[in-house]
Amino acid sequence: MNKPGLAFSLSQVRIVRGVQMLVTLILAVMTVFPLFWMISTAFKQPSDVFSMNLIPEAPTLRNFVYVFTEVNFLRYLFNTLVVSASVTLIALLFHSMSGYALARLRFPGREVIFMTMFSTFLVSLPVIIVPLFILVRTLGMLNSYAGLIIPAIFNAFGIFLLRQYYLSIPRELEEAAVIDGAGYWRIYWSLILPLSRPLLSSLAILFFLTNWNAFLWPLTITSDQELWMVQVGISAFKGQYSASWNYIMAASTIVAAPTLILFLIFQRQIMDSIKTSGLK
Amino acid sequence: MAKSVSNQVSAGLPAATGLTSRQREAIAGYVFVLPDALGLLIFIGIPMMLALALAFFDVDGFGGYRFVGIKNYQRLALDPLFWKSFWVTVTYVVWLVPALYVTGLGLALLVKRTNAFNGMMRSLFFMPQMVSLVVVALVWQVLAVDKIGMIPRLVSALGLGSVSFLGSPELALFAVVFVSVWFLMGFYMLIFLGGLQDIPGEYYEAARIDGAGPLASFWYITLPLLRPTSFFVLIVSMVAAVAGAQTFDLIYVMTRGGPANSTMMTIYYIYQQAFQYNAFGYAGALASILVLALMAITILLFVLTRGGRFNYE
Repeated sequence: MNKPGLAFSLSQVRIVRGVQMLVTLILAVMTVFPLFWMISTAFKQPSDVFSMNLIPEAPTLRNFVYVFTEVNFLRYLFNTLVVSASVTLIALLFHSMSGYALARLRFPGREVIFMTMFSTFLVSLPVIIVPLFILVRTLGMLNSYAGLIIPAIFNAFGIFLLRQYYLSIPRELEEAAVIDGAGYWRIYWSLILPLSRPLLSSLAILFFLTNWNAFLWPLTITSDQELWMVQVGISAFKGQYSASWNYIMAASTIVAAPTLILFLIFQRQIMDSIKTSGLK
Repeated sequence: MAKSVSNQVSAGLPAATGLTSRQREAIAGYVFVLPDALGLLIFIGIPMMLALALAFFDVDGFGGYRFVGIKNYQRLALDPLFWKSFWVTVTYVVWLVPALYVTGLGLALLVKRTNAFNGMMRSLFFMPQMVSLVVVALVWQVLAVDKIGMIPRLVSALGLGSVSFLGSPELALFAVVFVSVWFLMGFYMLIFLGGLQDIPGEYYEAARIDGAGPLASFWYITLPLLRPTSFFVLIVSMVAAVAGAQTFDLIYVMTRGGPANSTMMTIYYIYQQAFQYNAFGYAGALASILVLALMAITILLFVLTRGGRFNYE
């Protein structure tokens, strides 16, 4: 009985494990290094920007002050917050409503409606950007919050995940509510929504992040600087201050900070919801 | 028993409204679906159809349309820059998709075991995903600034001379591929981790008892059982590479299609034609080609995998 699995002694296994951990650690540090470099450069003096040290020699906050005072950055942040929060709230409401109906209510054409909705899954924004722009312009929504918010609400991904989730809820719960004489809106609002709170909160984080980081759509439909969102703002900022990397990195740090902080708090939830989204 | 009772009760209620319970349920269903259905129709469905129709018109900057037949397609066939963008896109896909597959799966295998250390490493690998591509493009531009940026300095310290990553037509596209891999690999790592977790541990146990080494069990257990995940990863990464907003963002901020059009991808070319030259009709024709290409890829992969099913007889 010579099992190969037992041919290694315990200490050899330990060495292999140790090497694997070391390799993983080095790769991981290399992966996040550019983000640290961004933060470090944001605190550097202009003369110091291209020094090779990660810790700035004479850290300064002047870059941040400059970004906030010379550019309308607070306005961009405010716009982005308003748009991201509105899209997230409305999308959660609409998607959970249709997810509930598609999973729990019986009506003619339900499967066709679901398949049609799902088929929009692979349509990406750059493919339809030109006709969508023309459409939104025709609707008079250029340079408006409505134009930033409404087209960003609709995506099949959220509907699909919520429908899958609602399919797994036992029918007895609903039947009890029906016996109590509850209407469908009440069943949805006070039974289904609370039951799906974990998924709704994961989706809320994902939707918020997506909209905070959105660039192409805000770029296309807002020429009015008062309505710019942060990503458009820093892209234009780069065009203006192309060599002042200390300012550009300070602006980038400000824009990236909220999403990175969200990630540090909710990393488990964010990564779990992505892990399950790949499976059908 | 319980079911018939509930049917009677709910059938009894709507008498006041004159509708049967089945009709009430159907109406509720349509009302609940309506907002999303309308929104998807208006903001994705109609633009999709318009994209195909637009190609047959000339559109001026003030919204005037003139039917021009297939003129836009004739122009497209003879436009060297379109063909250039086509090959740039193909090159990008051919490098990026396998690179993402290998790095995503590799990282997943590296941090597969569930423990505190690996949990932290997963978070670090995934972290670039949290940052917008505008920021990503800016950060890598700082690192790659000619001569004085960190990467060119490291490269010349290694004795490889002075290299311009974003300034030379030979290297710029590979720089874009590299940054894309850095940004996306954490996402595909998670997808692969999801797939790996679905493989029962007993399979590996049995293989080890039969004397299979780690390589053999990877080749004969992991890879075949990962086929559904692999299919998902290939489709999603390919579509994202050809037509994803993320690709657009990266090109827009990092290279603007340059130098010498070496990173001029089709989605960026479409945007340029529409919003810099106001050639909406021509942009529509370009977009319709992209739609056809994406459909062809999806159908091809579907046929190759026999309808996306993975049962091996």
